[in-house]
Amino acid sequence: MSEAGVIHDIGYQRYDGPRLGRFAMQQALYVHGLRAAFGLGRSAKAKIFPWLVFGIMLLVAVIVAAIRSLTGESVLSYLDFAGQMSFLIIFFTAIVAPQLVSRDLRAGTLPLYFSRPLRAADYVSAKFAAMVSAVWLLLGVPQFIMFLGAAFTTTDGVKGVFNELGDLIPGWGYSLLWALTFAGIGLLVASFTGKQAFAAGGIVAVFLVTTPIVGVLSSLPSTTANQLAFLSSPMFLIAGVGQWMGGNFDMELGRFGPIYGIEAVCLIAACLLILLARYRKVASL
Amino acid sequence: MTIIVTDGLTKTYGGGVTALADLTVAVDAGVIGLVGANGAGKSTFIKIMLGLLPPSSGSVRVFDLDPVTQTDRVRARVGYMPENDCLPPDVSAAEFVTHLARMSGLPKTAARERASEALRHVGLYEERYRQIGGYSTGMKQRVKLAQALVHDPDLLLLDEPTNGLDPAGRDAMLGLVHRIGNEFGISVVVCSHLLGEVERICDSLIAIEGGRLLRADRISSMTEASDILAVEVADGTDELAAALIERGLAVTREGRLLLVPLESDEAYDRILHAVSDLDLNLHRLDQRRHRVAELFTTKETADV
Repeated sequence: MSEAGVIHDIGYQRYDGPRLGRFAMQQALYVHGLRAAFGLGRSAKAKIFPWLVFGIMLLVAVIVAAIRSLTGESVLSYLDFAGQMSFLIIFFTAIVAPQLVSRDLRAGTLPLYFSRPLRAADYVSAKFAAMVSAVWLLLGVPQFIMFLGAAFTTTDGVKGVFNELGDLIPGWGYSLLWALTFAGIGLLVASFTGKQAFAAGGIVAVFLVTTPIVGVLSSLPSTTANQLAFLSSPMFLIAGVGQWMGGNFDMELGRFGPIYGIEAVCLIAACLLILLARYRKVASL
Repeated sequence: MTIIVTDGLTKTYGGGVTALADLTVAVDAGVIGLVGANGAGKSTFIKIMLGLLPPSSGSVRVFDLDPVTQTDRVRARVGYMPENDCLPPDVSAAEFVTHLARMSGLPKTAARERASEALRHVGLYEERYRQIGGYSTGMKQRVKLAQALVHDPDLLLLDEPTNGLDPAGRDAMLGLVHRIGNEFGISVVVCSHLLGEVERICDSLIAIEGGRLLRADRISSMTEASDILAVEVADGTDELAAALIERGLAVTREGRLLLVPLESDEAYDRILHAVSDLDLNLHRLDQRRHRVAELFTTKETADV
């Protein structure tokens, strides 16, 4: 270890520059989280999985855009994109959510955050925003590539571009709904364990274990049960909301559409509230 | 200047565990030792000062601010180094400390500058670009200290900074703490269960046991009255005692030793004169500096 003697030469200097408020801290934590989600500023190992998933999604988008520009045929709509990629999104969430929250629990870093002006609510909202942005970028950027492919080869001129944009924007909105749901559930599960592998397993389990329940409920003879079946799995729930909002996912919801909307809002809110309660407790340790 | 004032500070956890009971102290700026056995309430006291825990009753003021209601203002002026491991293994010290500087509200460039300066002050140079996972315990403790120092606080709260360090590492860490207190002009509260360790670097001392205040005072006033000269002669101890009393010294006997309080350096001369007048063989004349520990001997647990 380097010894003291040399240190004297520099002398300690007090800091009298600006000290920013909690909003700036939240922003800094958000940017830090978003970078960490894609492994930026981390080791090469941390970059592999997020970029692998992102790469595959980009590749799919490029292929779709290429087919579109060559044949003029739309193989995959903006709205269907997320649903078709659902397994990759689960995979991405299972990697990124533990990176954002389990890591701090594991390393015991939280006392360092909470002995600063930052509060539990600031921490939770910054991490949630980072996670939502990460998942949304994962969907939104490929969707934008698909848009570019379609817009540059449209035969209808400017009108064609605007038509395409009119399709893209609901697609982006729908991706945001996916991002909010996945971020909420992913962070909540990950916040309960410091072991990243357990957290990842837990997240995958929540999404996959609930899927067969949908299958069982859908095969019941009752129409009401069939129409409500999709409520029992987060992924189908999102699709249900999409269907209710006017998307076309071949789902029969009957008159229960609004219930899907209500459950989605409640689910995301509940995840955030439990996260907040959890970090309130951690912060006072 | 008084920086920490508590009045009847009490903290009772749910389940009836009393961590702090009726603690009343006023602490001046400088290096302050907070000593007590494990579970004496040191960490609870620190957490209350940081506004992480609300006191059950009584009050505490840090820089004349209330940590419960003026949390942000207190925390902006205080740096905290926890006892436990709190560093992620897969980032470099430079990056980690920069991030925490930003969490203290420093703008981006200032955060980077202050981080490398803080790391340099604790003695980490080129190593700071390596991942923390590869650091020794001593280096990790230094990173923990650097992150507490990075936002230029007026008060550092260090929870067991020498934990897990070897003797050389302990000395280096204590030296660092001493320098921060004396050269950087930052007050430091050092928590420790080793009294002998902190008394070397502290200006004042707060000793707590079982959540109660044992004693709080400046080190100088704790030790000043306790310097004693021990005199031993071959024989004629009684005559010497009589001679010393005659010369106006308060003598007490302890076995074959005569103990004389050292009021001034003149005492040496008087003793030497008395010994030579009586023509005795002087075996020993040495100064016994009472350690602060002796002030607590009756109440102390073995750990202190």
